[in-house]
Amino acid sequence: MAKLFAVTIVLIAIASAIPIVMHTWPLPQDISIHGHLIDEQFADTMAEAGISFLASQLLLAFFIWKFSSPKPGDKIKSFPGGSMGLVVAAFLLVGTEVLALGVFGAKAWGSVYLTAPAADAVQIQAQAGQFAFYFRYPGPDGKFGPIHADQINEANANFFGIDTTHDQDSKDDIVTAEMAIPVNREIHLLMHSKDVGHSFYVPELRVQQDFVPGLDVSLHFTATKVGKYEIVCTQLCGLGHYNMKAYLEVKSQEDYDAWIKQQAALQ
Amino acid sequence: MHDMSAHAAQHGAPTSFIRKHVFSLDHKVIGKQYYALALIAAVVGMFLSWLMRIHLGWGNFAIPGLHLLSSTGAPGNVMTPEYYLQLMTMHGTIMVFFVLTTAPFAAFGNFFLPIQTGAEDMPFPHFNMMSFWVTFVAFVVMVAAFFVPDGPSLGGWTQYAPLSAVGAVGGPGQGLGVVLWAASIGIFCIGQLLGSLNFITTTLDMRCKGMSLMRLPLSAWGWFITSMMGLTAFAVLMPACILLILDHVAGTSFFVASNLVINGQILPHSGGSTLLWQHLFWFFGHPEVYIAIVPGMGIVSHVLITNMRRPMLSHRVLIYSMGALAVLSYMVYGHHMFVSGMNPVSAIAFSFPTLVITIPSTIVVLIWLGSLYGSKLRINSASLFSLGFISMFISGGVSGFFLAQPSLDIMLHATYFVVGHFHLVMGVAAMFGIFAGTYFWFPKMTGRMMNETLGRVHFWLSFVGAYCIFMPFHYLGMAGNVRRYQAFTDDYLIPLIPVHKFITVAALVTGFVQLIFIYNLIYSRFKGPVAPSDNPWEGTSLEWSTATPPPHNNFGDKMPVVYHDPYQYSVEGASADYIMQTSPEKLTNPHEEK
Repeated sequence: MAKLFAVTIVLIAIASAIPIVMHTWPLPQDISIHGHLIDEQFADTMAEAGISFLASQLLLAFFIWKFSSPKPGDKIKSFPGGSMGLVVAAFLLVGTEVLALGVFGAKAWGSVYLTAPAADAVQIQAQAGQFAFYFRYPGPDGKFGPIHADQINEANANFFGIDTTHDQDSKDDIVTAEMAIPVNREIHLLMHSKDVGHSFYVPELRVQQDFVPGLDVSLHFTATKVGKYEIVCTQLCGLGHYNMKAYLEVKSQEDYDAWIKQQAALQ
Repeated sequence: MHDMSAHAAQHGAPTSFIRKHVFSLDHKVIGKQYYALALIAAVVGMFLSWLMRIHLGWGNFAIPGLHLLSSTGAPGNVMTPEYYLQLMTMHGTIMVFFVLTTAPFAAFGNFFLPIQTGAEDMPFPHFNMMSFWVTFVAFVVMVAAFFVPDGPSLGGWTQYAPLSAVGAVGGPGQGLGVVLWAASIGIFCIGQLLGSLNFITTTLDMRCKGMSLMRLPLSAWGWFITSMMGLTAFAVLMPACILLILDHVAGTSFFVASNLVINGQILPHSGGSTLLWQHLFWFFGHPEVYIAIVPGMGIVSHVLITNMRRPMLSHRVLIYSMGALAVLSYMVYGHHMFVSGMNPVSAIAFSFPTLVITIPSTIVVLIWLGSLYGSKLRINSASLFSLGFISMFISGGVSGFFLAQPSLDIMLHATYFVVGHFHLVMGVAAMFGIFAGTYFWFPKMTGRMMNETLGRVHFWLSFVGAYCIFMPFHYLGMAGNVRRYQAFTDDYLIPLIPVHKFITVAALVTGFVQLIFIYNLIYSRFKGPVAPSDNPWEGTSLEWSTATPPPHNNFGDKMPVVYHDPYQYSVEGASADYIMQTSPEKLTNPHEEK
């Protein structure tokens, strides 16, 4: 029974590792300028966690195999080095490991969250509401007009509560239901929630950030590959949460310029 | 330490049925009541998970009779999107609070902490009785949400504001459903506070002669450390629940910011903070993870020692490590909020303690492994579940390396990776701790033995089944599979649906396996063979030196005197393989914990 259990633990440990080693379900492709830092950090962490996982499970299995059928007269043996040896090993091995992960991980995190967006970054405002995203581009004046909560009206497609009659800055604002961005240009995303918590998650872009009602949050990133990707909501926002999504289209600068012109004409 | 004679007549043996079985002051009856409540809650929680998993695997499948549970939530027996979320909210809440907190801590702790400390009862028996009955009321209030119009809340067990605070306009169940949720959890907190107070006082003030703190078994240490966490964590959650209720019924705006618009209407709230709820909730929520798992660590250590016929490599290092986990658990809660909109610098500040908490966790695992080395391991249902606990704790623990880092949380936050992580490390591991405790202590609690063959079948299928369910969750998360979705309609999620179907089958099978345990438990309670002795596992701690089941005041006429550290197994030169704590035998070479 004990030996079978030990073998089962080994088989489960190996079976668990196979999809990781074989990349059966890989991370989504990376289309961002900072993503490689996250991916390298992920790979390093996977190596360290993987070794810890396999070593511990295999040791557990080995000890169960070896010590579960004692003979009469067997004496208890102490682990070489005793508890102090294990404590020192934990501090040295795991301590070094987590310190390294913490320091390098902070660097990857800082590349997204602790740097200021470039002054010439493309400004886009995202608004999340139950259960759709909308995006606003500032138009030729480069300025967003203010949001008037009392003027938000989905029936007449005023998703942002823009007052084009009175607010000069709003007159040329462009509102869209999909998000298009130019490739290799930094994007400065200003995130506003109109009702409850939502999140902006594009796995390929290696960004995830919550929308916080009452607190506008900003995020910046640069996409490096032209293509169409999905923006999904990851913060439970109500019954339609699973279906709250939009598309992100990464376009060449020319295509992006043409798209903006086309959208401006539709306003 | 406490002079037992002063408390010997604290409360006499009950004579009426109600005092004996319903409003009992006896910690042992209260422990069994908690166990029964946790068992009922676990059956409800597991049933809900079946419904959820069937829906995730085969969304249009009509589950026969489901409309009886909710005609609006399951018209034609097919679950609506909102009903999925409502069931999910109730599954998480019931499992975390009424099973994982209630069984390992309140049930086993109530029954065995006073006995292991050598006390005749807890110091505040009326508070103890209240703690169970308010917990029972909390459960009734929680389940009542199924029967109100609109049903239970759909906001998840974390009840993030402002969705939880805006009222019915937020969606089905967000009005009365949330109020019932918050009221239930607030009441639950009262029960935990009263229980924790009793546990702490029992440990500090009720120990028998000779029982120093370091002579307490590791299970008692697990409950003691947990009770200190309980006293501080639930004291934060309770006011948070009160504030949430006030946002619903008194027009306050603690958690709702100004100018929020739902259904074209500006909400009549202003000035609240969205993130305040998250800070309060996770200040409770992360210690809660350890409230669920530290009693399990203590229980499986205790069970393993008895079955390894040796003490742990270091009693003291295990205790200090569990204590370090408890202290650090308050400093790490912000790792749930890396991408919440909190200042990104604080993400780094929360990341380091979260990484550091892996050190005491690793020490605990290494001490377990190092103690297995050179032991004389006995295999039975209790020791199998204890070893399974270690395997699950390792598997669930290593994914913590990822989630402790904000840069990786960008990818993994709110995905199935997180769901896999916490289900293994606090769900399955804690459940295995409950099972280990049940198979081990059942003879002492009931006077009868459980069926060992059924216990082993239960173990094998649960062990393999749990891995089949929860390991693939990690792979889904790495592929970006978002959690809390009732269907996977996104282009990149559709290829992952076959994995969900596999998980659903595994969950249904593993769930059915638990019926073997329930059968074994109930059958053995009434028809199981009578325990062959007061000490069937040849243990050393005080619960094995009293009658089976223990008398009303735990030790009869003669209160125990303790002469030894708790785990005197395989002592060289001793008269037997094990020397009980109450044995006055002088040992020339005892295992000592200085």
